[in-house]
Amino acid sequence: MPVTDPLNNVHDTISAVYLADSRRVLATLIRLLGDFDAAEEALHEAFRTALEQWPREGVPSNPRAWLVSTGRFKAIDAMRRQARFGALEEAGDADIAVIDTAAWADEESVEDDRLRLIFTCCHPALAADAQVALTLREVCGLTTEEIARAFLTPAPTLAQRIVRAKGKIRDARIPYEVPARADLPERLDAVLRVIYLVFNEGYAASSGATVTRHDLSAEAIRLGRLLVDLLPEPEAIGLLALMLLHDSRHAARSSPSGELILLEDQDRSLWNRDQIGEGIQLVERALASRSFGPYTIQAAVAAVHAEAPSAAATDWAEIVGLYDALLGIAASPVIELNRAVAVAMRDGPAAGLAIVDAILARGDLADYRLAHAVRAELCRRLGRAADARGSFERALALTRQEPERRLLERRIAELGG
Amino acid sequence: MGTSMKYLCLVYMEPQKLHAVPDSECAACGAGMRSRGVLIAAEALQPVDTATTVRVRNGRVSVTDGPFAETKEQLAGFYLIEATDLNDAIQTAAKIPPAREGSVEVRPVRELNP
Repeated sequence: MPVTDPLNNVHDTISAVYLADSRRVLATLIRLLGDFDAAEEALHEAFRTALEQWPREGVPSNPRAWLVSTGRFKAIDAMRRQARFGALEEAGDADIAVIDTAAWADEESVEDDRLRLIFTCCHPALAADAQVALTLREVCGLTTEEIARAFLTPAPTLAQRIVRAKGKIRDARIPYEVPARADLPERLDAVLRVIYLVFNEGYAASSGATVTRHDLSAEAIRLGRLLVDLLPEPEAIGLLALMLLHDSRHAARSSPSGELILLEDQDRSLWNRDQIGEGIQLVERALASRSFGPYTIQAAVAAVHAEAPSAAATDWAEIVGLYDALLGIAASPVIELNRAVAVAMRDGPAAGLAIVDAILARGDLADYRLAHAVRAELCRRLGRAADARGSFERALALTRQEPERRLLERRIAELGG
Repeated sequence: MGTSMKYLCLVYMEPQKLHAVPDSECAACGAGMRSRGVLIAAEALQPVDTATTVRVRNGRVSVTDGPFAETKEQLAGFYLIEATDLNDAIQTAAKIPPAREGSVEVRPVRELNP
């Protein structure tokens, strides 16, 4: 083999193995050691040992199995040193005697471990923000500092959240398992919610630390892909499609100076055609299952937009129909509002405004900035400038996002004095 | 000689004082009560951080992190159960009838270290 610098080569290999396999190794170590912290420590020990041994002795034929078995050995060794007396010592010897790397190298159990890790991090008995933090930390391998930056949360707060969640997993004995078939729909919902939350956190923000936050969307898409690979349930496929289709508009959603650009004003040539192609394929796959849910329907809406050459040439009737279907399985005032926008595009602003006013009259979305922004826009199109101004100002008072604030101010200015 | 009653004695502590009383003292107290025939069951609990609240609404089990939060709900009873893990405990807790109307807080028992 024409190897010029074997040492560097081995280091490159270790880095590549770390990137590709460290989360898999961690997931398996958590199962074997029954403890998150011990598994993380063991993972680091295993890679430290690899850095010492692989340059000297060569890269093992199955690096992942080697890392798992080395990590496990190191962890048991450490536990034995900690509890020099007591039953653990005898148990430890017996355990080490049955090291069987073949069992851990087996593809199926390793992939199961990854699913176990996802379901454990997204267990409903953990606080919602802890589920998100733990998933990004353990499944995606982000550092606590990276997560803190992305969520604009102080790192110590985030670290505490993670420590507390791990403490609860250990002390309340949250099992490390893939839920039984009967519990799967509900537990899968929790996982999808976490992934979508991570995605939206990155997608909705477009000010300040834009770059870091878009990374969150990318991370969510990676998680979505992993889930579809491991567990191709229709709604997991639908969510991945939804995220890809939304993310495909990323480059068109803001101007170079960071101004927000609404869907109908976007330069559609900037939309990412690869993501759209993949997203549409996934939507079709999820729809074909005939057991899809709200994520798939929302993805289907996004697909109609993605296929339209312009806002005016969009099949709004199709979109109204999809929102009707969505309201049938997951009624919410926000979906009613989205449907009202589609109705306005299909039948004219007056028809849309009647629906928005009815929703607001119920008091359902009184504090939801987009309800007022939509009402303002429909009033503007109907030439009711004073009503438009009032609603834009209400939306402005409710928004907390800088680019949104600037967009609303521009709209108010455009109404004229 | 009257007939005997059963009483539930609930222990409340500020979280930072949780270890102010040594476990050995609690274990000795329990052993003493047991030998006098007055103790039915006694357990220490893990901190409130480990609590999970289980509710059943419209036949669906809802699980949330933390202790029951609504102050208008009052402690109405207890079940000391055995379970293999939290999922198993949640399944059992969801079958307690008041879970339909109120909340059932599931807290792991802590082994004393006498």
